[in-house]
Order: sequence, then C-alpha cells, then structure tokens
Amino acid sequence: MVNRQPIIAVIGAGIAGLEAASQLAALGYKPVLIEKAPVVGGHVAEWNRLFPDMTPAEDVLQPLLAGTAKVRTLLNTEISAINRLKDEYNLILSDGSSLLCQAVLFATGFHLFDASKKEEYGYGIYDRVITNRDLEQWFNSRQDARIDKPRAVGFVHCVGSRDLKAGNPQCSKVCCITAIKQAIEMKEEFPDAEIYCFYMDLRLFGKKYEDFYIRAQRDYGIHFIRGRISEVGEAIDNRVVVKAEDTLSGKPVKVTLDLLVLMAGIVCNPDAQQYAREIGVAVDEDGFLKSRNNLAAITDSSRPGVFFAGACTGAKTVPETLAEARSAALAIHNYFNSRG
Amino acid sequence: MIYQGKQKIWSDYQKEIPDDHWFYVRSCIRQSFFPASETHFVKIVRDLLGKDLYETPHHTTCGGIAYHSDTIPQETAMTIVARQFALMTEAGYKNLVTSCITSFGNYCEILETWREFPELEARIREHLWKACRREFEKPEYVAHASDVIFKLRGEIAERAKYHLVSRATGEPLRVVEHIGCHYSKMFPHKGVGGAEYPCVLSGMVESWGGQVIDYPERRHCCGFGFRQYLVKANRGYSVSNTHKKFESMEPYHPDMIITNCPGCPYFLDRWQYVIAEQTGKTYGQNGCGIPALTYEELAGLVLGYDPWDLGLQIHQVGPEPLLDKIGIPYDPNRKYLGLNEKEIMKPGLPTVLKCC
Amino acid sequence: MDFGFKLSPSSAVNLDTVDHRRFDRLAQLVPDALTCIGCGSCSATCTASAWTGMSVRKVLLGLQRGQDAEVDKMLSGCMLCGKCTMVCPRGINTRQLILTLCRLDKKGEMVR
Repeated sequence: MVNRQPIIAVIGAGIAGLEAASQLAALGYKPVLIEKAPVVGGHVAEWNRLFPDMTPAEDVLQPLLAGTAKVRTLLNTEISAINRLKDEYNLILSDGSSLLCQAVLFATGFHLFDASKKEEYGYGIYDRVITNRDLEQWFNSRQDARIDKPRAVGFVHCVGSRDLKAGNPQCSKVCCITAIKQAIEMKEEFPDAEIYCFYMDLRLFGKKYEDFYIRAQRDYGIHFIRGRISEVGEAIDNRVVVKAEDTLSGKPVKVTLDLLVLMAGIVCNPDAQQYAREIGVAVDEDGFLKSRNNLAAITDSSRPGVFFAGACTGAKTVPETLAEARSAALAIHNYFNSRG
Repeated sequence: MIYQGKQKIWSDYQKEIPDDHWFYVRSCIRQSFFPASETHFVKIVRDLLGKDLYETPHHTTCGGIAYHSDTIPQETAMTIVARQFALMTEAGYKNLVTSCITSFGNYCEILETWREFPELEARIREHLWKACRREFEKPEYVAHASDVIFKLRGEIAERAKYHLVSRATGEPLRVVEHIGCHYSKMFPHKGVGGAEYPCVLSGMVESWGGQVIDYPERRHCCGFGFRQYLVKANRGYSVSNTHKKFESMEPYHPDMIITNCPGCPYFLDRWQYVIAEQTGKTYGQNGCGIPALTYEELAGLVLGYDPWDLGLQIHQVGPEPLLDKIGIPYDPNRKYLGLNEKEIMKPGLPTVLKCC
Repeated sequence: MDFGFKLSPSSAVNLDTVDHRRFDRLAQLVPDALTCIGCGSCSATCTASAWTGMSVRKVLLGLQRGQDAEVDKMLSGCMLCGKCTMVCPRGINTRQLILTLCRLDKKGEMVR
C-alpha cells in the first residue's frame, strides 16, 4: 500500500513548483509550496506573451493556479536553514516556524544575468539600454519612458551567456527565440522601425522556432547581423551608438538606435546553491544543481528524497519545465512507493 | 545618461591610493612633450600640499615604450623595472608613483606576470644582480600620478584660484576626458573607476567645477597606438583614429580635453593641426582648436600658476580661448620667451588652424 | 601640405546612412530574398564564383551594406545556370532574384 501521507516541500512556486505541486496533490500527497515572493508564478507571471505561438503567459499560469488552489502555499517565505534528519528534512522558515517533510523538491528556477555586469553595454548608465525583462514589463504595463516611438531598435543576443569572462559559459537557450519574439512584437508595435538582432549563433532548436525565425525575416523584415555588439555609447540626443562586426561581410558596422534591448541570460538562482549546500546535494561546474544523471535521471539529486524540477538544473523552456515537473512528481511517487 | 549608474560602477572600482610617501618616477617622453607638467606635479604635491615625494636622478626609462614598440623583449623591460624597484628600495620607499601611463601599465603588467610566474621574477632578480649588483623589494602600491592628483583633488579644489566655469555665463566648462589605454584596460581594477567608465579624470573635472562630456567615441584610441604612429607608413591610421574622435565629440562643443597619458594629449593636440591642413576643418570656436591639456597643467591652472610657466605655449592648439573663458590672466608678450625671459624666437603659425 | 600620409578611408559600414532602397524594392518583388541565412551553399556550388567572385550570399549582404559597385560586379559574373537555386535550403528562387536585381537601379527603380 502506498503511503499517501508524506509531506513534500516544494521550494519555489514558479511554473515548475506549481505544476509539480499540482501533480503531487493529485497523486494524494501533501505538497507545501514555499515561495519567497508575495505572489506565485515566478518569471512566467512577469512575462506578457510566450514564444513561439504568442500565447499569453496568463494562459499557462491559469491551469497551474487552478491545480494548486488547495495546496498549502507559504508566500513571502524564505528558508533560513535546512536540517537533514535520518529520512526527513526539517526546514526552518523565515517566519520562525519549521516544516518537517519527507521529501524536498527544488523548483528554485533561475535568475536573469545582471546585465549591468557587461559594462560595455551601459545598462543602468545609458537611458536607452534596457533588458528583455524590462521590455516584457513594458508589454504588460505600457509604461516606460525609455520606449518612445523608436525608429531603430537593436537586440543583443547572449548577454551574459556563452561568456566565460562573465562567469557563465552556458547557452541560455531561450534568448534567441525570445529576441525573435520580442523583435516581432516591436515591429508589430512600430511598423516603421528598423529592427536589428545582433547574434553570435542563432540557436532555434525547438518546435516551430525556425518557422518563427523565417517569419521574422520574411514577414517582418527584421535584420539579423551575425556579430556581437562590442561597445555602446550615447549620442548627444540620448540615442545609443553601437559597434559590432558584421562577421559575414567581415566589416565593422555602426548603427544609432533609439532602444537597445539586452537579452540577459539565465544563471542559477543563488538561493538554490545555498540550499543545496545545506541539504548536501552537489552544485555542478556551471553553477546549476547537479542531477544524478544528466540523461536518465535529470530530476534526481545525488541524495535520496531530494528532487529537482525546471531551471534549477539549467536553462529550460516552458514545456520542458512543465514536463520535468510532472516527471519529478512521478519520481517522488516512485521514491515513496519503493520505500513501501 | 544615468549619473547614479556611473557612481555605482565607480564604487565597484575603488582603488587604494596611499596618502603620502611616494617614490616618483618620471616619463621619458613627457619631459619633452609637456616639459612643465612633471615639474608642476612635484610643485603641487610636495611644495604646495607638503607631501613626501621623492625622486632620484638615477632612474631611467622603464622600457615600456620600447617594449610596446616591439624593439625590446619583455625580460629586458623587466630588468630595467627591477632596477627602478631597487632604487626605490634603497631610498626606503614602498609606494611607487609613475608619471607615464605606459610605465604604469608596464609596472602593473610585470608585477602581475611575476605573481603568476614566480620563477621569472627569480630569474630577473638574478639578471639584475649580475648586471649591477642590486637587489629590490616589490612596491606595496603602484599608483599613476593622476591617481595621486585624483586623491588630492579636494585639497586642490580648496586652494583653487580659478574654477572650470565660464566667466561670461557662469556655466561649467564642457570637458572631454581621455584615459590612456595602459591605465586600466589591462587591469580594470587597478584604475580608479575601472576601464569602461574611468573616473580618475572626470573626478578632477567635477571637483574643479567642470562638466564631463560622454560622447560615443569616448573610449576610442587617441590615435597614437604606438606603431600606428611610429611606423610612418601607418601614420594615416593614427590620424584617422584621432579624426574619428573629434568628429564624435564635435556636436558637444567641448571647451577642452584633459588626458593622463603621454601620447594622448600630444596626438589629440598635434593632429588637430594635421587634420586642419588636410581637411580644412577645425573643432574649436572661430577656427581655433580644442586645447588638450595634461591633468597637471589643468591642476596648475586651477591653482593659479602662470600659463606660460605651465608650458601651455608648447601645445599646438593655442590655450588662449580657454584661458579667456575661465578668466585666467596671461601676458601674450611672454608666450614664447625662454627661461629668464630670454628671446628664443617664435614658431611659425599654421595656415588653417588658428593658434591664438 | 603633404605630410606623406593622410586620413585613411574607413571600411566601417554606417547603417544609419546606408541606402537600402534597392534591397527594399527587391524584397518587395522577391520576398524570399529576406530569408537568406548566409549558409554559403549558393557560392560553394556556383560555376562562376571561383573565377569572378560571384556569390548570391554576398550580393544579398552587399545590398544591405551599401556596396552597390561590388554587387554589380558580382552580378556580371553570373551565368544564370541555376545551380544555386537547386541547393538553397531556404528555397530562394535565386535566378528570379538575380534577374529582378539586374532590372533595378541603385534607387530601387525598375529601369529595364
């Protein structure tokens, strides 16, 4: 007989945590969602529309919220310490209470790379330099003085991704397609604007991504320039002047833009690294949490009773994250079943 | 421009600059390019502000210019530098201050190289001993002389006779700052403010009342580029780089340029003449150029030293429009007098660039 | 005055000032021209490339970088054999593209 009583601490109520909690609840377990922020939904809740079908982020979140409506959810709650007991884990929470649980699921997600670290791009210094997140917030709020009927917009791919010097050699995987999505949205918004994407490689691996790219080229006339922006300066009218090499023609190019959007990459949530150390699971060389096996057991940690879902082990798309969350729920189910 | 953003970066690149007791090494080329700059550095720091600044006539070039011009190997430059360290050790100092940016870069590069490859340091110690029977301790701090003036900028401001403000309008002067490549591009943490937004010079300008201009080609090379100038066949590249900078700063109508490198003020100054001859274009007002000064010259002007004693007549671009703007008095008849008011002839004037 | 050296012309492309009217007109007439991914299959298989420098990839890029003279020189090397059309992974009708381009002047006006 399966023990359906165990409590499972799900750290993080982004889409990975919500989906996993929803599945665990459906399987009859008692998941507890622990979320640092005052709301659930994580990064997806901050996004406006999602690639490649321009699905409103809301549409992804709604079923997850419905599925976790009855799940105990602790908002504004941080984890002060994690104690490892024999077969259990005791989480000391920021409100002073503690939570004894029989399994822990890391759904801690990612942090966007701090774009101001790439000093040459001048984020936080030049008025017209924003990030992918800033732009997404503008799609939601329509309030940002920096976006004022731009006639020329640039997107810089790989900001803090594939960048050894910035301490993040990984490909962040979702930025190429996000840049194309945002470029299309900007062209729809400002049809007369010239839109440039400065890329190193275009990594359009997912379902329908290449179609999306072809549409960006043919239907929206977005200019793709293979070359990384090396330097941004501010012109006298507050526009930004960017320098890159068009590596396909082997010539330096210069262009003046009304808006430059930095596609900030994905790095591991530093909280996750801290919790991992306390609970005794490994952090991989790339800074993300280390799975027991990257091919066959991505949701398993090296420690019994500790599981992973979503971007805590590396950059993931929405469908990958959701599939992994379900997979993690099943792995937890099997874990308790095997213990009888 | 978000000024707070720059302040945040500056706070990330704080550099420890000792308060006092410096061993000063001069530059080989600055003494002929700007003969009064180093003298006035000593006057300001030692005589006016009463700091302990020591220099020895036994010091030589650091070898940096030859190293960067591909004429000597790095081990030779290292041995020369080791000798300078020996002179400093013998004099009982631990804080090295260099006049030249390339020297500063050379010293930093060598110390970093020794840190990574201690066996190389051991070999250089052996070379030095064999060559001149000297031994040395490495400096505790290496600062560029502009770091020292940056550190003392407040004290200079307190004693300022003039401010970088237009006498006619009361508006701050618009100042272009230009940092030498070897100051912080190799080691951003060794420069005040880092490499992308250095504040060593902008800090002085702001303390003394001016307004710093940030223009698109601010970070671009002054045009010296060592072999882009030193090899005559490449000299067109040198002047083209300078031209690019002037075209970029032109819309801001800068009143002056301040620099901290031997090469930068030289090329930002002299190439204005060549550009004017070749294109007919000048970048200052009424056919004049934009004065390009060293930080010592600027500190000297602020403190009220005589412009001709500061050597401003040595520049190609006439400083008079700048002096008039600030309201600094000068005697035109003394401009080209030599030491002890001796007549030493006047230079010919260019045809296009108006020089006074 | 002759200094023995002079200002060097810059090879940098200033996208603010590049005249891309010819490319824009081409893109109207042959929208697939926009979908080139610069893979180089066309140039690799081109019968004329090795001798004349013809490259459909470079023609499309050159039009967007203000290199009209180079573009016209390349086009004059084309023999319209159609091998590039066969290999293009994006299915661009390169023969149609080249023929259309030959009819457009620098301003994108149809002149032939």
